[in-house]
Amino acid sequence: MTGLFRCSLGSIPAGIHAAPGAMHGLVNSPLGLVLLLNLFMLGVSRMRSLIFAAAAQGIILSGLLMVIEPQCDGLVICIALLTVLIKGVVIPRMLLKALRDAKIKREVEPLIGFLPSMLLGATGTAAAIVFATNLPMTVSPPSTLIIPASFSTILTGFLLLTTRYKAITQVIGYLILENGIYIFGLLLVAAVPFLVELGILLDLFVGIFVVSIIIHHINETFSSLDTRRLTALKE
Amino acid sequence: MEMPLTLAACTLILISGLPGLFASRRAAWGQITATALVLSGSLIGLASSFAVLATGRVCITSLPGIWPGWPLHLRMDGLSAFFAVLIFLMAAVGSVYGHGYWRQREHPTTGRKLRLLYGVMLTAMVVVTLANDAFAFLLAWEIMALTSYFLIATEDHKPECRQAAWVYFVATHIGTLALFAMFALLHEASGTFLLSPIPARTCAGLKTAIFLLALLGFGLKAGIMPLHFWLPGAHANAPSHISALLSGVLLKVGIYGLLRVLTLMPDPPAVWGVIILLLGGLSAFLGVAFALGQHDIKRLLAYHSIENIGIIFMGLGLALIGVAAHRPVWVVLGIAGCLLHVWNHGLFKSLLFLSAGSVVHSTGTRDIDSLGGLAGRMPWSAGLFMMGSVAICGLPPLNGFISELLVYVGLLTPVTQNARGWSSIALGAVVLAVVGALAVACFVKVFGAVFLGTSRTALTQHARECPWSMKIPMLILALWCAVIGVAPMLAVLPLGNAASVWIGHSTGAQRLHGVIPWGILTAVNVCFAAVLLVAFAAVRLRRRAIRSPRRATWACGYVRPTSRMQYTAVSFAQMLVTLLALVLRPLRHGAVGGAVFPPPTEVESHVPDFITDHIAFRCWRKFKEWMVPVRMTHKGNIQQYLLYFLLILIALMCSLVPLWSLVNWVMGR
Repeated sequence: MTGLFRCSLGSIPAGIHAAPGAMHGLVNSPLGLVLLLNLFMLGVSRMRSLIFAAAAQGIILSGLLMVIEPQCDGLVICIALLTVLIKGVVIPRMLLKALRDAKIKREVEPLIGFLPSMLLGATGTAAAIVFATNLPMTVSPPSTLIIPASFSTILTGFLLLTTRYKAITQVIGYLILENGIYIFGLLLVAAVPFLVELGILLDLFVGIFVVSIIIHHINETFSSLDTRRLTALKE
Repeated sequence: MEMPLTLAACTLILISGLPGLFASRRAAWGQITATALVLSGSLIGLASSFAVLATGRVCITSLPGIWPGWPLHLRMDGLSAFFAVLIFLMAAVGSVYGHGYWRQREHPTTGRKLRLLYGVMLTAMVVVTLANDAFAFLLAWEIMALTSYFLIATEDHKPECRQAAWVYFVATHIGTLALFAMFALLHEASGTFLLSPIPARTCAGLKTAIFLLALLGFGLKAGIMPLHFWLPGAHANAPSHISALLSGVLLKVGIYGLLRVLTLMPDPPAVWGVIILLLGGLSAFLGVAFALGQHDIKRLLAYHSIENIGIIFMGLGLALIGVAAHRPVWVVLGIAGCLLHVWNHGLFKSLLFLSAGSVVHSTGTRDIDSLGGLAGRMPWSAGLFMMGSVAICGLPPLNGFISELLVYVGLLTPVTQNARGWSSIALGAVVLAVVGALAVACFVKVFGAVFLGTSRTALTQHARECPWSMKIPMLILALWCAVIGVAPMLAVLPLGNAASVWIGHSTGAQRLHGVIPWGILTAVNVCFAAVLLVAFAAVRLRRRAIRSPRRATWACGYVRPTSRMQYTAVSFAQMLVTLLALVLRPLRHGAVGGAVFPPPTEVESHVPDFITDHIAFRCWRKFKEWMVPVRMTHKGNIQQYLLYFLLILIALMCSLVPLWSLVNWVMGR
């Protein structure tokens, strides 16, 4: 996996790999996977694959929490498991159910094509890496890839939000946006109390719960999940 | 001591609507709690405001922690207390009236919302009068504007209600925009956001800009003539006790703002006074002229508000001219007339709106020509409407007479004092006289068409007198009108303290005593009242003694009179409307046939408001055209909005990293 990541990010400046080590590889390879998943999600055309990719990303990130946290006590494991449960099981199931109930076409319906969005995502990732190396930091992060991965994931979320028409892809966009913020939160793992992370998790859960209900209603009212129809609500 | 009491009163009124939110839709206890809270708050507030008015003390405090990092500075002096008295009184009166008028049982969906916003709006208005820094002022001002918007739109299922509320919303935001600019300029001049007098050496251009912005911002709220376009619709479509609040208090808060800002200005030039006087005269005349042509009783009353605001402005203009021309007598008469008319108009206009509301409540229509003959069915409402009419026409022995007399005398003083160059001010008295005469005609029309004669439609057949919860508030207002009318001496002390900035802190009351013969005024009004009472009693007794047969009014000896033989409001006002056709431009559809046996025809006439219909809407359309590029960014497309987020996020992130280091890094590679 590390090799894969190395070749996909061949242009990374040498400074990033200044302190190689066991811990580093352990953190970097899942992050590389997250980056790959980002590109995959931008390029995929089937809704089910998109949902599964988002779930996989969530699971990887919860594993990452256990790796990064210096003392891995019961609370950390508890939170990681909860994250796996919510992001990896509950939310994907809700989305799949919404997909089934709404009986919509299984395609993503992009505003710009899959290849251009992938290219945009790749450019964004490169820009995030350039940006992260120049970011003035007060403490050195546990892995140099954390900040680029975070920004790239946020960007992917935004790209999904702005270039996909269906309401379900909107939900997945928010989910990925939150994943990006979560990665950034790994930097502050010592500073942010777990209560806050739990709160975010709860927010996400409730948010998606509500949105899946809304999706149902949008579908009933407009007999479509195309968010373009929502412009009719504008005064 | 007064300040904490006032704030406690505000808190009570603020939370008055909260408990009711937890009540069920049909439960009455929410309304009872709200009324009790508003009543107790108002009583405390009235006590504290009167204490300030009586002593002339100035209380200053600041509330930390309401807004992080910026305490709200509050200051209560005579001027604030003078307006606070009016607000607290109307709070109590309107709340009790709402008990009968907007019963929770009859309005299950809107009642709770109405009461919650009612408390918030009243509190915001009190805070506006107390605010001593720009921030607190604008905060309270905006809360007041928003809550009043929602109150106007209470019946938002009716399109005309939504339309009226929307126009108000636009108007109030234009006003707030002007106020933002004005406070920025005030800060520029005085160097602080506190409302403190600006230094005398400030350049004249800056002062004029502040004055004009204040005139625009506060004039829009007060509804002075070219800026009145929101007023008739809003007053007509709100529930009646809210109309009373809007007309009686909200407009006055605009006046308060203007008065307050003018106290901060050192030696105002005479031309400001002239502008205000002219606007006032225009407003008074056009207000009453448009009122004559109205068919909707509440819209008619709204136009009378414009007229009375005009009279208030005339008093203020005279006072400003007096300050510039160093004529203390003009200042005293002008400011006393202006302030006393603020109280008086608040009292009698609310009385009129409430009694009109009781008619609307029992008949379900606001159209004057559908009513008629209600005096027999609703004697209390008729009597109270009569009292309000007498007061608003400025007839003795009620309160309107006193304040209009002060303005009259003030406007005539330049002539009696032989002030060179200023004698043309006396023309204002002529305008005022014409306005008074037209107002009498207008109220004869309303009272005659609504309460006298015989009923025109089936709507009035089942009209019933309003319950005591609506009568008592009206009686209280009528009592205040009568007390200020027959005992104007009582108003001297509050007036002196409220106007202390203009007429000297310690000598305010003496000045007022020196200029105005209060004793004679009192004697005249008491005699007048006594004569009226005796005459009324004599007529009643005589009627009881003779027992003459009762016939329908306007029967004119016909054997079988019908209700269509009587004057309608339109036909009564027709002569005056035709006389004023040059400004009113009445529209008439249909013609009365000239044949010997004319076929049945229909004639319809109405008086459109050319400022609202032409100028305001044309400006609005033009503005919409200009704003097309801005509206392009609002497509209602969620993807587009999210893209804006992304762009802003990228811009923010780029601002984190110094650009040159990025360039260096790329070049270095």
